[in-house]
Amino acid sequence: MQREVTFAGFGGQGIMTAGKLLALAGMAEGKEVCWIPSYGPEMRGGTAYCTVVVADRLIGSPIVNDPENVFAFNRPSLDKFAPRVRTGGLLLINSSLIDVRSPRQDISQVLVPCNDLANQLKNGRSINIVGLGAFVARSGMVSLEAQRSVLHKEFGKKKGDVLTATLEVFEAGVRAAQGDKEAVRG
Amino acid sequence: MSAPTTIFRRPEALRDAFTHYCPGCTHGIIHRLVAETLDELGLRERTIGIAPVGCSVLCYNYFNCDMQEAAHGRAPALATGVKRVLPDRIVFTYQGDGDLASIGTAEIIHAANRGEKFTTIFVNNAIYGMTGGQMAPTTMPNQVTTTCPRGRDVNTAGWPIPVADVLAQLRTPAYIERVAVHTPRYTVQAKRAIRQAFQYQAENRCYSFVEVLSTCPTNWGKTPNESVQWLEDVMVPYFKLGLKKSPDRPPVE
Amino acid sequence: MPKKLMKGNEAIGEAAIVAGAQAYFCYPITPQTEIAEYLAKRMPEVGGVFVQAESELAASQMIFGAAAAGARVFTTSSSPGISLMGEAMSYITAAELPAVFINIIRCGPGLGGILPSQGDYLQAVKGAGHGDYKLLVLAPSTIQEAVDLTIEAFRLADKYLNPVMLIGDGLIGQMMEPVDFESCVKPPRLDCSAWATTGCAGREPHIVKTLFLDPNVLEERNRRLKAKYERMAREEIRFETYGCDPPPDLLFAAYGTTARVVRTAVDRLREEGASVGLFRPISVFPFPDDALRQVAHQPQVHNVLVVEMSMGQMLEDVQSALQGRRPLHFYGRGGGNVPAPEELIDEAKKLLGNGHGGKK
Repeated sequence: MQREVTFAGFGGQGIMTAGKLLALAGMAEGKEVCWIPSYGPEMRGGTAYCTVVVADRLIGSPIVNDPENVFAFNRPSLDKFAPRVRTGGLLLINSSLIDVRSPRQDISQVLVPCNDLANQLKNGRSINIVGLGAFVARSGMVSLEAQRSVLHKEFGKKKGDVLTATLEVFEAGVRAAQGDKEAVRG
Repeated sequence: MSAPTTIFRRPEALRDAFTHYCPGCTHGIIHRLVAETLDELGLRERTIGIAPVGCSVLCYNYFNCDMQEAAHGRAPALATGVKRVLPDRIVFTYQGDGDLASIGTAEIIHAANRGEKFTTIFVNNAIYGMTGGQMAPTTMPNQVTTTCPRGRDVNTAGWPIPVADVLAQLRTPAYIERVAVHTPRYTVQAKRAIRQAFQYQAENRCYSFVEVLSTCPTNWGKTPNESVQWLEDVMVPYFKLGLKKSPDRPPVE
Repeated sequence: MPKKLMKGNEAIGEAAIVAGAQAYFCYPITPQTEIAEYLAKRMPEVGGVFVQAESELAASQMIFGAAAAGARVFTTSSSPGISLMGEAMSYITAAELPAVFINIIRCGPGLGGILPSQGDYLQAVKGAGHGDYKLLVLAPSTIQEAVDLTIEAFRLADKYLNPVMLIGDGLIGQMMEPVDFESCVKPPRLDCSAWATTGCAGREPHIVKTLFLDPNVLEERNRRLKAKYERMAREEIRFETYGCDPPPDLLFAAYGTTARVVRTAVDRLREEGASVGLFRPISVFPFPDDALRQVAHQPQVHNVLVVEMSMGQMLEDVQSALQGRRPLHFYGRGGGNVPAPEELIDEAKKLLGNGHGGKK
């Protein structure tokens, strides 16, 4: 069993970090994981994306052209990656910045207003964590417990209320994906 | 009559070997000054020398201490490698003008600028010797060589690079002096400078660099005596002798 | 220590520290600069030497100096930088010094691009510099293997007194995978007291040099290097087979990241009932030609398909190993494009279309 997701957005949206946190949760569950970045000039202010593969056996190709899941955090990412989602797969759209949906009928689409939810919690920089919460809750690629414990481990050592704030936005993402009608029009 | 007293002998830091240098070439004198210095300061047994590519590529046949032989121009890089992993040893590079001032320009400038704690003996004879007399970065204006048969044209080949003066411009503290060895008086001054350079290194003070003006009768096409005269008349007025930089004198703001 | 999720470049840096590297000299170049950034922090913590040199020429010659002074040393770079290091590789091999070079390959020629490639294979196995010399070359395909082979590279460099090169494409440097350092064994410290230049107190001076003007002396040294490479061919062959028992109708040959893509293609083709397998060289010099022959020359194997992120470089070694006894095919991508499993499945199906491949 192998599952994949591509997180894509602007440089600076925390895309790479969201992917890394997801990979850590996969590891915590004892799975094989691989995190593959885009790298180079496009990282600097342009489109940034990473793919995370979680599998129960040795991961072969790190290149996944038709990922099972895509999370588009901005419009260029939607245009680039929505056509690649595998048939039957899942497309999550950051509806705070993207006002359209993919015309595709063969995939599920979930709208998550990442920026709005993060801003409501006065944590505007953590849209990646909102997205991560929504993705994990909706896809079940890793368990919510594993993801939460990774957040505890990674943010627990930071100063102040970083951990509390992070968990808050994560749970907002989780609620959004679990069918909060305000947030999601799936 | 008492037993004869030894008043002049081969330094321990020089091997008992036949020289391959040409008659009238001053490499031998410079080798001796370095060797005497290593003896006097008691450094020979903890010294690693780096040989260049050029006439002195075989200097490991003369220096009686550990030696490495570098690729053309890279002696300062090797010396950096040695000194960084063995910081309590004495390291020196012995380089000619093609090696140091042409193909190895980047290496010498950056080693000096990093303030690597080794010593460079730079032998400037205004020509490529080993390859048979081609134009060097330090070849004098109008000087004839096999690759500037009508004389060095400063309009296309530029002016001779005064390396000691160039390095002295760097802000990093260093000891930099230019000397000559074509007369006994100059040789005494050269010895003092070389000794000072190694002394600074032994005290872990700074990078130290001594440029030594040298003769090349074979490739200059002159007798040894004519060579000494030409060095005095042509090179010394351009390559000004003297102390260029000292760690004891902070740079003037 | 539990497994750690690490980027390939950082994992390679840590592996060198685990291997007891004492000095690292470098020059920044994408896509391997994170190794330098990582070691700029780590080397001082372990009492090691970190120097950012003025060029790859200088960095690699600093390796010469430090290796000749008896230190465990290495450098890392990417393709254009490795070209400049070719000079030092030749000299270090000639002087018979241990050193490790790591090339995180980007696409070329020229400045090319910064994306993954395997275009430096021939440069690595045939030699980037001048003269009659070889490097021992290892090609990992996962981050854990990059860690293990980095440590192994230091051991082998000491064993042969010869530079060892690790080649990884840009993805090996940039991917993150879980790595385990717990099972890593630090190679024992090399006794170099017979030749290292450390100061001649209490002994005759040592000279580390590469100039030998007497033809007979130099030829003897050439022969000694040749004997060393023959010993490597006997003792250091490394490879892996996948799906080769029973022998497949179509045999893929690929190394590094490309071999992983092939592995996925093999899995999917086998699910469809096709008879396919993979031969993956891990040591690319010495090349496992006997082992490849043993697999490929079985009667059941009808075709061999070499896949590379180049226009066909390892292909030459496979060609020479197979001696023309099996039809040889090639699929290559360049410019930083990584082949996708689907492309390889399509290629394979063309070759399996003759009716030999399907079990159904």
